[in-house]
Amino acid sequence: MNYAVIIPMFIFLLIIFAIGYWSSTKLSASSNFINDYFLGSRELGGFVLAMTMVATYGSASSFLGGPGTAYTMGFGWVLLAMTQVVTGYFVLMILGKKFAIMARRYEAVTMIDFLKARYNSTWVVILSALSIIIFLFSAMAAQWIGGARLVESLTGLPYNTALFIFAVSVLVYVTIGGFRAVAVTDAVQGAVMFIGTLILLIAVIIAGGGISNIMADLINENPNLVTPYGADGNLSAAYVSSFWILVGVGVVGLPQITVRAMSYKSSRSMHRALIIGTIVTGFIMLNMHLIGVFARPILPGIDIGDKVIPMIALETLPPWAAGIVLAAPMAAIMSTVDSLLILVSSSIVKDVYLNYIKPDADLKAIKRLSFGVTAALGIIVFLFALDPPDLLIFLNLFAFGGLEAAFIWPVVLGLYWKWGNKYGAIASMVTGIGSYVFLHLYNEANGNLFGVHTVTLPVLLSLVAFIVFSLLIGRGAYDYNVRAAK
Amino acid sequence: MKETDWRFKIANREALIGLGLALFNFVWWFAFAYGMGSRPVEEYSYVFGLPDWFFWSCVVGFLVIVVLVIVIVKFFFVEVPFDEEGDDR
Repeated sequence: MNYAVIIPMFIFLLIIFAIGYWSSTKLSASSNFINDYFLGSRELGGFVLAMTMVATYGSASSFLGGPGTAYTMGFGWVLLAMTQVVTGYFVLMILGKKFAIMARRYEAVTMIDFLKARYNSTWVVILSALSIIIFLFSAMAAQWIGGARLVESLTGLPYNTALFIFAVSVLVYVTIGGFRAVAVTDAVQGAVMFIGTLILLIAVIIAGGGISNIMADLINENPNLVTPYGADGNLSAAYVSSFWILVGVGVVGLPQITVRAMSYKSSRSMHRALIIGTIVTGFIMLNMHLIGVFARPILPGIDIGDKVIPMIALETLPPWAAGIVLAAPMAAIMSTVDSLLILVSSSIVKDVYLNYIKPDADLKAIKRLSFGVTAALGIIVFLFALDPPDLLIFLNLFAFGGLEAAFIWPVVLGLYWKWGNKYGAIASMVTGIGSYVFLHLYNEANGNLFGVHTVTLPVLLSLVAFIVFSLLIGRGAYDYNVRAAK
Repeated sequence: MKETDWRFKIANREALIGLGLALFNFVWWFAFAYGMGSRPVEEYSYVFGLPDWFFWSCVVGFLVIVVLVIVIVKFFFVEVPFDEEGDDR
């Protein structure tokens, strides 16, 4: 084992635990447990808000998979990755103040609370809760596996032990600290990601003998690597542009991001978060993917994309610095997993149990249940990740694009279009997920329809479904000024 | 019936600004990437060692967006209270 690498990561874990503990002390002093545990009492400031959005969004794929693909594809993939800059401002600007105001008016703690109050429909709630629980549970398991593989490759521990360490670390601080622990640890994790990528980029440029030198090596090997069209010239403009929907504007529909847009304290924190979020997202994405491309001449012939970043870090940095840098992908995975865990838990406790099973549960029971469900979920994910079933891997494929297609219009149009109603929302969700699954299977068999990413058509179809059904059935204007009946 | 909440007008305007900014972002990104990047590789020039299309599309594009976000937030976004007036929380 390489102790010089492990010690910085260990210190990082200790800091995370300390935050979890600190959050749990604030939690026990709180008067409104549900609001506090699942939303941090809506008191996030600008910096924490920005960081938790970036860190939740930036996952294993931004730190391992994405740079690994950039390594094989060249600058075309960095161009693709830069479509994510838009997420830094788009979500908060679009949902913006209207969402913050409505969420408070509805006393919404989860995204589903918002949908429930806006559409006043049991079906909307059940459909959304089911899709969140099923898809995000799978997504969580997939990230969990990624985290364990990373620990495995860095420490040389066997996969099961690595998974255990990873699972326990996340479970402890999320369970005891709730949303506040998730958000504040995200801020620390985001900072680690920011600094880690900067150190590694500089180290890689130095190891490659300067950018001009690296560029000459790339052109020597394959001139396509410096074009926008990918190593084989088959990255089309249409395909790359369709990522504007998948990883750009469509992110508005992701529940784990949306819930953050109702968690901030004031307009001032939102304004700060817009600026910080844009800078941090762009900076991390640009650096990480450039590192992937620049690594190619330095360490040629890496076959497994996910190994590019760990290998290049160990190659170009002294072990202790590599430990700090590699805490970044670890942080990215943890910060995604923790947000998903608290979100799935909130769907079960708040959206299902308190809405339909036992609305009059007393505080003590709710507390026990919230801790219990969060911990139980974590343990179930752990057991699944030990030997992931194929179904889980399959469901995970739809977790991102499928949820975007399902939720983007019910949330955005529910907020700004008064004619939107429950029939539109249900039709939109069913169409979004249904057409996503169908198109995914079609594209796998026949190549991408119209040469764009799978997400494109379902997002358009679910828009059409939302508008058509809202206007056809039960048409009526919604009055945003009325307080929701509790 | 109450009149439309004054804050909604501000919120709607800011959402439209966000949409406009994203559109501008896309056009800038696309125009430089595929406008300049479609030339044969031999004709590329290099800025700070990076291919010119990439430098303009992704590096400068990113910086321009950051500046625009700062300007928009500082000069066009209005601070509004989120809690209901006369509400107890």
